[in-house]
Amino acid sequence: MRVGVGLPTTLPSMGGAAVIEWARRADSGPFSSLGVLDRLVYDSYDPLISLAAAAAVTARVRLATTIIISPLHVTARLAKEAASVDALSGGRLVLGVAVGARADDYAAAGVDYHTRGRRFVEQLATLRNYWEDPSYGPAPAQPGGPPLLVGGLSDGSFARLARYADGYVHGGGPPKAFARAADKARAAWADAERPGHPQLWAQGYFAFGPAAGGGADYLRDYYAFTGPFADKIAAGLLTTPQALAGFLRGYAEAGCDELILFPTVADLGQLDSLTAILAALGVTAQGVLGEEPA
Amino acid sequence: MSGPHRIAILGGGPAGLYCGLLLKKADPTREVTILERNPPTVTYGWGVVFSDRTLDSFQRADPRSYEQIINRFVIWDAIDVRYRGTTIHCGGHIIASIASRDLLGILQQRCAELGVTLRFGTMVDDPAALADCDLLIAADGIHSTVRQAQEAVFEPQITLGKAHYIWLGAERVLDAFTFIFHDTPHGLFQVHAYPFSGTTSTFIVECADHVWRAAGLDRADEAASLAFCQELLATDLGGVALQSNNSKWIQFPSLTTKTWHATLGLGPPVVLLGDAAHTAHFSIGSGTKLAMEDAIALAAALDAQPDVVTALAAYETERRPVVELFQRAAAESRSYFETLYRYVNLPPVPFAFHLLTRSGRITYDDLRLRDPHFGALVDSTYSGVSSARVVPPPLLTPLHLRERTLLNRVALPARPTCPAHDGLPPAAWTAAFTAQAAAGAGLIVTPISAVTSDGRITPDDAGIWSNAQAVAWEHITAAVHAAGPARLLLQVGHAGRRGATRPRAGGLDRPLPTGTWPLIAASALPYTPQSQVPQALDRAGMDTIRAAFVRAAEQADKAGFDVLQIHAAHGYLLAGFLSPLTNQRADEYGGNLANRLRFPLEIVIAVRAIWPFDKPLAVALSVTDGVRGGTVEDAVTVARALREAGCDLITVQAGQTTPAGEAPYGRGFLTPLAARIRNEAGIATLVGGYLTTANEVNTVLAAGRADLCLMEPVDNWH
Repeated sequence: MRVGVGLPTTLPSMGGAAVIEWARRADSGPFSSLGVLDRLVYDSYDPLISLAAAAAVTARVRLATTIIISPLHVTARLAKEAASVDALSGGRLVLGVAVGARADDYAAAGVDYHTRGRRFVEQLATLRNYWEDPSYGPAPAQPGGPPLLVGGLSDGSFARLARYADGYVHGGGPPKAFARAADKARAAWADAERPGHPQLWAQGYFAFGPAAGGGADYLRDYYAFTGPFADKIAAGLLTTPQALAGFLRGYAEAGCDELILFPTVADLGQLDSLTAILAALGVTAQGVLGEEPA
Repeated sequence: MSGPHRIAILGGGPAGLYCGLLLKKADPTREVTILERNPPTVTYGWGVVFSDRTLDSFQRADPRSYEQIINRFVIWDAIDVRYRGTTIHCGGHIIASIASRDLLGILQQRCAELGVTLRFGTMVDDPAALADCDLLIAADGIHSTVRQAQEAVFEPQITLGKAHYIWLGAERVLDAFTFIFHDTPHGLFQVHAYPFSGTTSTFIVECADHVWRAAGLDRADEAASLAFCQELLATDLGGVALQSNNSKWIQFPSLTTKTWHATLGLGPPVVLLGDAAHTAHFSIGSGTKLAMEDAIALAAALDAQPDVVTALAAYETERRPVVELFQRAAAESRSYFETLYRYVNLPPVPFAFHLLTRSGRITYDDLRLRDPHFGALVDSTYSGVSSARVVPPPLLTPLHLRERTLLNRVALPARPTCPAHDGLPPAAWTAAFTAQAAAGAGLIVTPISAVTSDGRITPDDAGIWSNAQAVAWEHITAAVHAAGPARLLLQVGHAGRRGATRPRAGGLDRPLPTGTWPLIAASALPYTPQSQVPQALDRAGMDTIRAAFVRAAEQADKAGFDVLQIHAAHGYLLAGFLSPLTNQRADEYGGNLANRLRFPLEIVIAVRAIWPFDKPLAVALSVTDGVRGGTVEDAVTVARALREAGCDLITVQAGQTTPAGEAPYGRGFLTPLAARIRNEAGIATLVGGYLTTANEVNTVLAAGRADLCLMEPVDNWH
């Protein structure tokens, strides 16, 4: 399992320069990827534009959307933007997509919320066509386009993963919840007779030190739309090296390929703390505990 | 202590009493009043069961009543299944029960001790009469008057179970939780029976609606129902009389509510507790447990939260996910007992094993651990090997299909990674097959091989239409047969409208950009909006396809395959005929099921006629389309027809009939479908669905859900 870190693009008060500096430091840290989240009606940066900026100041890390709410986007334009980030970054983009669950984002984008599933399927069926079509250049740097990940927890999500995508991106939770989703992803993959295995990506939230309380407050705010689950998500915040170590071990044992840790406190010091703790745990950019990358 | 001061509780059942005593205990200055319509000694139930975990929470919440409850407990550790005149005994299940009357008595006494005001014989028809309090707790059961007065707020939904049941008692002490099955001329009756005191046991008698009517029970009064059950259970009761306690035949009402709490106008906040908010089918024995756990959570929330409304929200947030989990399990359990008649052809041991593993949470390994004698009985029954010798587990029991014997019940897929050219399986594929033979497979399953060049799914697929291909396959089968006893199954198929697609690295059903070929199907409908529109097969085309399948079978025999499987699943050509979603023909090959089956059946009959009599023939079938379309009932009919046509094995698949078809993916997701085909159509089944452990396979086999399991190699993902 490899470990990535989230860019602080959804933390209000994080200035542009600090986001860029975060990306630069992450590139020299024990991280294999930089992740971004997507939200329209929120004080946050655009995910693909942020990754384009990060691409310019990094040389190594993969750049991942986990996830982008793709039905909010015009498909051809999304395909072009993703191809652009992939080409500009030398083939480092991983495009995670899902329908999301935020009706306000759909209303703001003028996209019908109730037919989002159908729109999502059409997008999955056509994204790769745009990447292969020279009239929609640039050609992505990765042959066939960036790896495509699908998120979501419904039976349909796993069917879509197996039918259209290269892997699955889990939304967060304890390792047990990930393990269940991973089994579903593998079951769907085997049923579709796809070669090899699905890439399995996941994410968690961290806040270290005295600022941890602020991290929980942020999660309750960011996930307020989920109602009572916001408290559960906040309760899962990783605030100690011990909690982080247990979390990493649980995900690695469940067969996670890449786990992205998202910050919840707008402070570059949080990245430095995470870097130090991961170093102490033996995590390098190549993976957990000297493990070979898959 | 903070929180509401004057609390009214409607309903003096276990939930109301327990909540009342906990609230009063936490803050003795509170005024807690419980109003109950019945006198103190009236109870409609007989006994209540609790698990270890529930008892732990009782101990923490109120040690005093906990002590009294466990002193009145009857504890036993066995489950008996009485079926076809034999009793299968399985130990190691710790279950405790108490008489409802004793439980109520303990809680009433404890309430009185703490100073809770108890008002029995108090009818409250209008909840508004209770407005003079800080909090109204509705613990007044499934027919809650509080909830019914505010249906628009609570949005209750009640669905009635299909079965009818009646709750009876008898002065007979059972030494186990006992499931009794009696197959009468009217149909199957099932009885859930357990002891709950030193002298008495509960007997819940249940049957399907048509059985209930056939037995005349829809017209029977209390006495007549009692007499009927007395006769039904004559041998089980040993002369002891069954007793009724206001007992009536009912259909279990499963209740869910949109919210469990509300503040209505100027009245006090209202909260629902236990059966007033939710019910769970009696077969998982959790109704009283959930109600009393609700009481603990509500009392704790009222003390921990700053105000009543926040506390009620916290109570619901904590309890709802737990309750919903039990409700899902209860719904599955209810549905299991409602459809148990499907499995009455199983012999007693697999029948009992099937029953004990019905929830999916108890496995073969769990039962062996709980009761080694039962484990040994399961193994020896399955393998037919007497206990004097080393008895193999079900997974290592040979399977005889016609004149071929599979050494064990594990099928492994060979998934070669390099492409075939012109349908010729390359020599490099051999390693993928011999590796599975070395892994110990009883049967090795090939990828789908096309019966014609145009029948390939992708240009990389192997075929079996030419002599050269048969020769290439023979190199592989010879290597496998030389390596050991593993048998080889060749899957043959025609892609139909899913043909001419790219290899699946980038997804399914992406049309070839170049080098494509024309497609055929039952009807001229493209598989995806991007797919080529196929040509509807005419009769001449059918003759060609039938000849191709027959030729493929001849080649497969020459090539040395042991088992031939005709692929009629996943929306390929033959599956396309079977499903009403993809077959829109107006001729004798479309329309009703018999018509849709006609062409696939014609192929199976033609293949069976030339495929050697001593070799087994299998058919892969999508048992459900996963969207509105072909049903499991249709698939059972199809499987019966295939069996009569000489098919020996059905490989159970689901979905992919259309791109929208989805299955409830997860470990063993195909197992319930395999169980239905095997037991309703009376044919052996092979099932995959992401089984990776010996324990999963043993559980599937011992319960008679399938005869052979396709295991997914775990090195596939690590």
